[in-house]
Amino acid sequence: MFKRVIEFEGPVLGVVINGRECSVPASFTAAAAMLASEDGATRETPISGAPRAPYCMMGVCFECLLEIDGVPNQQGCLVPVAAGMRINRQRGARTV
Amino acid sequence: MASILGIFCAANFGLRTLLTMDTFELAIVGAGPAGLAAGVTAAALGLRTVLVDEQPAPGGQIYRGIEAASRHPDSARVFGEDYMAGADLVRQFRASAVKYLPLSQVWQIDRDRNLWIRGANGVTAIGARQVLLATGAMERPVPIPGWTLPGVMTCGAAQTLLKSAGLAPSGRIVLAGGGPLLLLIAAQLMRAGNPPAAILQTSTNLRRAIAHLPRFVSSPSYVRKGLGLVAELRRAGVRIERGVGDIRILGETRAEAVEYIRAGTRRREQVDLVLLHHGVVPNTNLALSLRCEHEWNDAQHAFQPRTHAGLGSSVEGVLVAGDCAGIGGAKAAELRGRIAAYNAATNIERISTDARDRQCAPIQRELRPHLRARPFLDAYFEPPRDLLAPVEDDVVVCRCEEVRAGEIRRIVTEQSCPGPNQMKAFVRTGMGPCQGRLCGLTVVELMAQTRGVSPGEIGYYRIRPPIKPIALGELATRAQEK
Ligand code: FES
Repeated sequence: MFKRVIEFEGPVLGVVINGRECSVPASFTAAAAMLASEDGATRETPISGAPRAPYCMMGVCFECLLEIDGVPNQQGCLVPVAAGMRINRQRGARTV
Repeated sequence: MASILGIFCAANFGLRTLLTMDTFELAIVGAGPAGLAAGVTAAALGLRTVLVDEQPAPGGQIYRGIEAASRHPDSARVFGEDYMAGADLVRQFRASAVKYLPLSQVWQIDRDRNLWIRGANGVTAIGARQVLLATGAMERPVPIPGWTLPGVMTCGAAQTLLKSAGLAPSGRIVLAGGGPLLLLIAAQLMRAGNPPAAILQTSTNLRRAIAHLPRFVSSPSYVRKGLGLVAELRRAGVRIERGVGDIRILGETRAEAVEYIRAGTRRREQVDLVLLHHGVVPNTNLALSLRCEHEWNDAQHAFQPRTHAGLGSSVEGVLVAGDCAGIGGAKAAELRGRIAAYNAATNIERISTDARDRQCAPIQRELRPHLRARPFLDAYFEPPRDLLAPVEDDVVVCRCEEVRAGEIRRIVTEQSCPGPNQMKAFVRTGMGPCQGRLCGLTVVELMAQTRGVSPGEIGYYRIRPPIKPIALGELATRAQEK
């Protein structure tokens, strides 16, 4: 689990992570918001259903695929949070 | 299939927009030290310049989040002076006339040097007379048993979370692997309040490195920094286990423990998070998709675009600078970015070759000491053989398509499979969304080791655009709006 240890200045906004309302700094990506509120898998693979979580946080591995505002297969580590954004774990969605 | 349709659709869409498309003298991809320095230099030379980058703010991975971080009193203490030095470069960039497109992914550059971009406004295209690829580096994949489990990420990922979001892992952290960044990131996590339980360092290769030692010790800052980090970690009681081998991560649905062998004994650590790292490799997918010729760098165990003295690639009008052209570190990237900008200006006859040479001579001199330490570091931290190509058959190599080392080895020995492109057809390695970024080098090393040849002889995947998945809908909607 990840905790906020340095509070960079900036606005905070409300998002919904796996159905739970949270407030997160606007500087977070969707993947960062997920890691700050949940432990364990953030997606299951479409092939074997294996549990996965963000690996690189820089846009190369595609392990952070999330369902964002109803759209699956979003690269969570490249998507900044927005007010009201609904971020969900991805359950074995078809690959992009 | 989707990607074929995507390209077809892009071509269609292209015809409609090319006439009105914005055109620049220089387009730079990547906002790390190379891209930023190139942008600042090019703009000062009067080149109409655009810089496209995936992130929301300039800095690349090395200076990730530097603008926000530099306004916080804890940053200098946690991240150190090398990181803070990035603030100045970013300030210069912001003050320059470069048109900056953040949060924008370049998914294709065509042979006419049109850049196809997905950004805040959907899909757009821009044209450029010169293109500079400054796509930086990524961490070398560390394919070991259990590396796909939640609770395992790269050291760089943890560092990114700290720099960009101020997030640090809680619980029991173990870092494993090798390379200079391993200790730096361990120290940063410690300064942020959660010292790692242990650092597991793979065997270093002093025998291979010794010839480069004199040049290395003549670059005093590297030696001083390395020793400083070890001392700092030791003082804080962080355990550094050296000469570790056979690292494996155990757990069902998440990482629970890490096992390793040291001094002939198998040991085990309970963990909440394992951070892996074994150096960085050039991020070459964009250069590969442009069909730039690449060469195998045996010292760095990676492919890099072939460049000539002017930092031009084998493709007309396409330059490469920074770590994506071969690992040299942040400062070297910045200097090479400046050299690339002068060359781009010469290529379009904005400045004479004489003026370029005069300007570049002092930069080349400044570059030399930064490159002097590299051969020692490359050799000393050479990844162990079993990390380049997993020995155990059931280690996942291609994370996207879930292909294991044993399957790849079996194809090499039982089938006629000349290279990684044919491997795709057999087992789908590299066919997933990451397009081989996380399996390419491992597949090549596996094939090379099984056959007993150099990875350079095996070659690499052919990468086709789009280099980032792009939904057909995104193109279609955009085309209709026009
Ligand atoms: S975590 Fe690797 S692409 Fe997002």
